[in-house]
Amino acid sequence: MFSNGYIFRYASIMVILVAAMLSAAAILLKPAQDRNVRIEKMQDMLRSANIESTPANADQLYDKHIVKEILINEAGEEVSVYAGGKFEKGDRRPFDIDVKSQLRAKQDIAMGKQAPEPVFPLFICQKDNEQVYIIPLSGVGLWGPVWGNIALKSDLNTVEGVTFGHKGETPGLGAEIATDIFTHQFPGKTIFDESGNFVSIQVIKGGVKNSSINPVHGVDAISGGTITSNGVSAMLHDCLSNYITYIKNQKAI
Amino acid sequence: MSTAKTEREPLFSAKTKKLLLGPLNKENPITVQVLGICSALAVTVKLEPAFVMALSVTIVTAMSNLTISALRNTIPPRIRIIVQLVVIAALVILVDQVLKAYMYDVSKQLSVFVGLIITNCILMGRLEAFAMANKPFDSFVDGIGNGVGYGIILIVVAFFRELLGSGTIWGFRVIPQAFYDMGYVNNGLMILPPAALFLVGIIIWIQRSKNPDLQEEN
Repeated sequence: MFSNGYIFRYASIMVILVAAMLSAAAILLKPAQDRNVRIEKMQDMLRSANIESTPANADQLYDKHIVKEILINEAGEEVSVYAGGKFEKGDRRPFDIDVKSQLRAKQDIAMGKQAPEPVFPLFICQKDNEQVYIIPLSGVGLWGPVWGNIALKSDLNTVEGVTFGHKGETPGLGAEIATDIFTHQFPGKTIFDESGNFVSIQVIKGGVKNSSINPVHGVDAISGGTITSNGVSAMLHDCLSNYITYIKNQKAI
Repeated sequence: MSTAKTEREPLFSAKTKKLLLGPLNKENPITVQVLGICSALAVTVKLEPAFVMALSVTIVTAMSNLTISALRNTIPPRIRIIVQLVVIAALVILVDQVLKAYMYDVSKQLSVFVGLIITNCILMGRLEAFAMANKPFDSFVDGIGNGVGYGIILIVVAFFRELLGSGTIWGFRVIPQAFYDMGYVNNGLMILPPAALFLVGIIIWIQRSKNPDLQEEN
């Protein structure tokens, strides 16, 4: 029979050994993992503007196409501008801004709590002779976070392309938001109506055809993935709405 | 394979062969032991994740069986479940971290499922029922056998669910467009979890009718 002392010693040593092993693995593998995440972020952004890249050349293509990174606040003012490897204004690189924490800061302020001023990144992509504006998105699906990028044509209204990603939506159902079948519905849709009011793009259960929404502002949802689809709708609305002032200012110029 | 067999004959004795092949049929973890049903429902919508899941479970079952079996005489019985859980969790996290660092695409496809391996009943079941009482090598083989037995069912179920539910195999379209033009539609039920229950049920039915000794008396 094992004594209580043995059990405690056994458990402590085991836990310490395992903890040390896992910490070592986490620290050693972190640089490679972080690099993968950055590369993926670049690839997603480029893909939303319909520029294909591989993990090997994403870095290079990103530097070539993304000519300017801008950080705007809710008043539509440019807080930070980063272009060609240096800051033209401010000192926060828009690429490193986490949209999710900015949205949370916005929510906190709306609830009357103290939070730093929310700022939102906007990326200008030079593609052939056209400027494409890329806006990163962040929201929630059924099981966890969903995110994405939406690229707008130079009129800042028509969609050039989108990408979506998710942490763990159900494969075959909610996870289909990341597939071409879903994302290929977006190009050509518009986020403002004819009179210039912001309407976003809605993901509609039962199909756009059967709804009262103008088809230019809606796409079909995924069968069996309603909560994820609704999450995408809400994400598009919540993220794009932060840019309305900026976009309207740009159009007025 | 054949050369390895002749050189290392004692390793693959009748007993180890039974450990390896038994779980594929009469001791199948899903259809006979009825373990790991939940993940069999969740990851079988498409063939590819089902395959990677099967592979990961095989690796983790084999390695945790090996570790626990090597430690079996030192583990105090009163905390054995905790020890088993720690070993499984550590292995799963390690697999997840390595995938994230070096096979990022695969790790994205698996997403939550790697973490879910921790809760797979097959692992705990095999540790409790086998590794705690058998030698390391036998336990390792038993882990491989059970992982593969689990994987085969997963892949069969995923094959039919993807074929009937999405009209694709491994992401490639196999049902010709002409069928759709003639009015064929993908079966939406197949992409929902209950379809996996029907398929697993059918597999159990076939297996039992072929193996009368699996049938209960009444």
